[in-house]
Amino acid sequence: MLKLLGLLLIGAGFAFRLNPLFVVVVGGLLTGVLGGLSINEVVAMMGQFFTDNRALLLPVIFMVPIVGLLERHGLQERMAALIRRATAATAGRVAWTYQILRGLTSVFGLSIGNHAAMVRPLIAPLAEGAATAPRAPLSEPQRADIRAHAAAAENVGNFFSDDIVVAVGALLLIKAFFDTAGIAVSLRELQLWSLPTALWVIAVGGWRYRALDARLRRVATALKTKS
Amino acid sequence: MTLLTLDLFLALGGAFLAILSGLIATDESHPQRWGSAAFWLLLAVALGAGPWLPSVVVGYLLLAITLLVATKQVGAPRFPADDIVLKEARAKQLGNRLLWPVLVVPCVAIVGGALLPQTNFGSWSLVSPKHGAQIALVLGCLSGLVLALRTTGERPLVAAREGGRLLQLLGWALILPTMLAALGGIMGRAGVGDAIAQLVAAVLPVQFPFIAVLAYCGGMALFTILLGNAFAAFPVMTLGVGLPFIVKAHGGDPAVMGTLGMLSGYCGTLVTPMAANFNLVPAKLLELRDEYAIIKAQAPFAVAIWAFNLIVMAVCVY
Repeated sequence: MLKLLGLLLIGAGFAFRLNPLFVVVVGGLLTGVLGGLSINEVVAMMGQFFTDNRALLLPVIFMVPIVGLLERHGLQERMAALIRRATAATAGRVAWTYQILRGLTSVFGLSIGNHAAMVRPLIAPLAEGAATAPRAPLSEPQRADIRAHAAAAENVGNFFSDDIVVAVGALLLIKAFFDTAGIAVSLRELQLWSLPTALWVIAVGGWRYRALDARLRRVATALKTKS
Repeated sequence: MTLLTLDLFLALGGAFLAILSGLIATDESHPQRWGSAAFWLLLAVALGAGPWLPSVVVGYLLLAITLLVATKQVGAPRFPADDIVLKEARAKQLGNRLLWPVLVVPCVAIVGGALLPQTNFGSWSLVSPKHGAQIALVLGCLSGLVLALRTTGERPLVAAREGGRLLQLLGWALILPTMLAALGGIMGRAGVGDAIAQLVAAVLPVQFPFIAVLAYCGGMALFTILLGNAFAAFPVMTLGVGLPFIVKAHGGDPAVMGTLGMLSGYCGTLVTPMAANFNLVPAKLLELRDEYAIIKAQAPFAVAIWAFNLIVMAVCVY
């Protein structure tokens, strides 16, 4: 049970809002040492795991020059102008549409984007633009609320409809695991049982983004009655 | 032989970070000039030269990076707010041409991911099939960059500066996902997962069929919250609770259990800071002041989806 101390330390570190990188590295060192490794062995493991997984950084590193360059030339402003033409668009509807599209593509095992490639350059500015009424700029908390929900649309759309038609990730992992454990399951069955949650997630999105729109509307009407 | 390896593109990424380090070192107005320059230079070496260095050296580079961060030597400068009027004018002038570079990226990534691994010249292959999708994404980004440079008429150094501005906003959050992967590996090696599964099975009365389902779905979510990764939680919980109790003791259907168990794990992913690349990195990227803002927005999603998974599994698994 002693080796769970590292996890406890990480939980406490997050709870006290210490720097997450520091918390994770110290937690890893402690877990390794309590697990019977020497400091040098743990550090070498860290280096090896970093090297094996460092391709995780690639999508962000190669995307930011494009996004930074285009934003300097008015990408966000252009997105806001585009969405103002669609009068039925609201922040919530933009997020919901993106969540569904993101889900539909991951059904086929495709990924159309991530936070760096889609949310920051396109989806967040679209949602903010849709919420901005003429002569009523968004307040800072409202802007944050919209952006957080745009990011949520990406995550929720990405997670819950993986592999239903074309399996490339999670379901293959489940199947491989059961195969090794000597239990027969077919990929078809796994895909079938993924479907109910994938549909439910769309309904949950409808509920949350409607709530977002309602919050934004309340502030807007309160402002209107004040003036 | 493989012509385009992933290591080659990672070295290119390292070169970009080294340029960023140089830009910071020559910027006299940067408030944390030397600490930040050192941070990006060390990271450039770890990223670009990783496979050619002994892993213990890479490990100590990462410790040095962490120390720089923990002692608050790394930061982003205050960037002058861009001229809004000028940007509005540029947006009007360039119009939808601004969108193409962003949209080109996923198109090239998807088409390239399908075609590249199948391109061979005799015994020479263009990319290794294992990394086809990742390399296609990088090629997509490079095509997007060329298009963006042409559209805006800027020099490449401006792209490096603007990209560097966004990278500095991310700072330490950029490497947190890889360090979490390392932590997960160390925990696996130290046997943390088995200890937790034993704990769950010892504490809960899993001889009741519904309690077994509750323990499995709850354990998947909880364990994912602790580790930040449902894929890491899945083998542990399934070996520790799912297979012995739901399948073997109560005769449950493994397909129903495995699928909905994994989906319960994803609900944990939505609410944990340990899933940094989904929850914390985007908060920084979107310049949210509260780094937990995305987790807070996702919490109601997580509860509603988890409860649904639990009910479907409880009704259909036996």
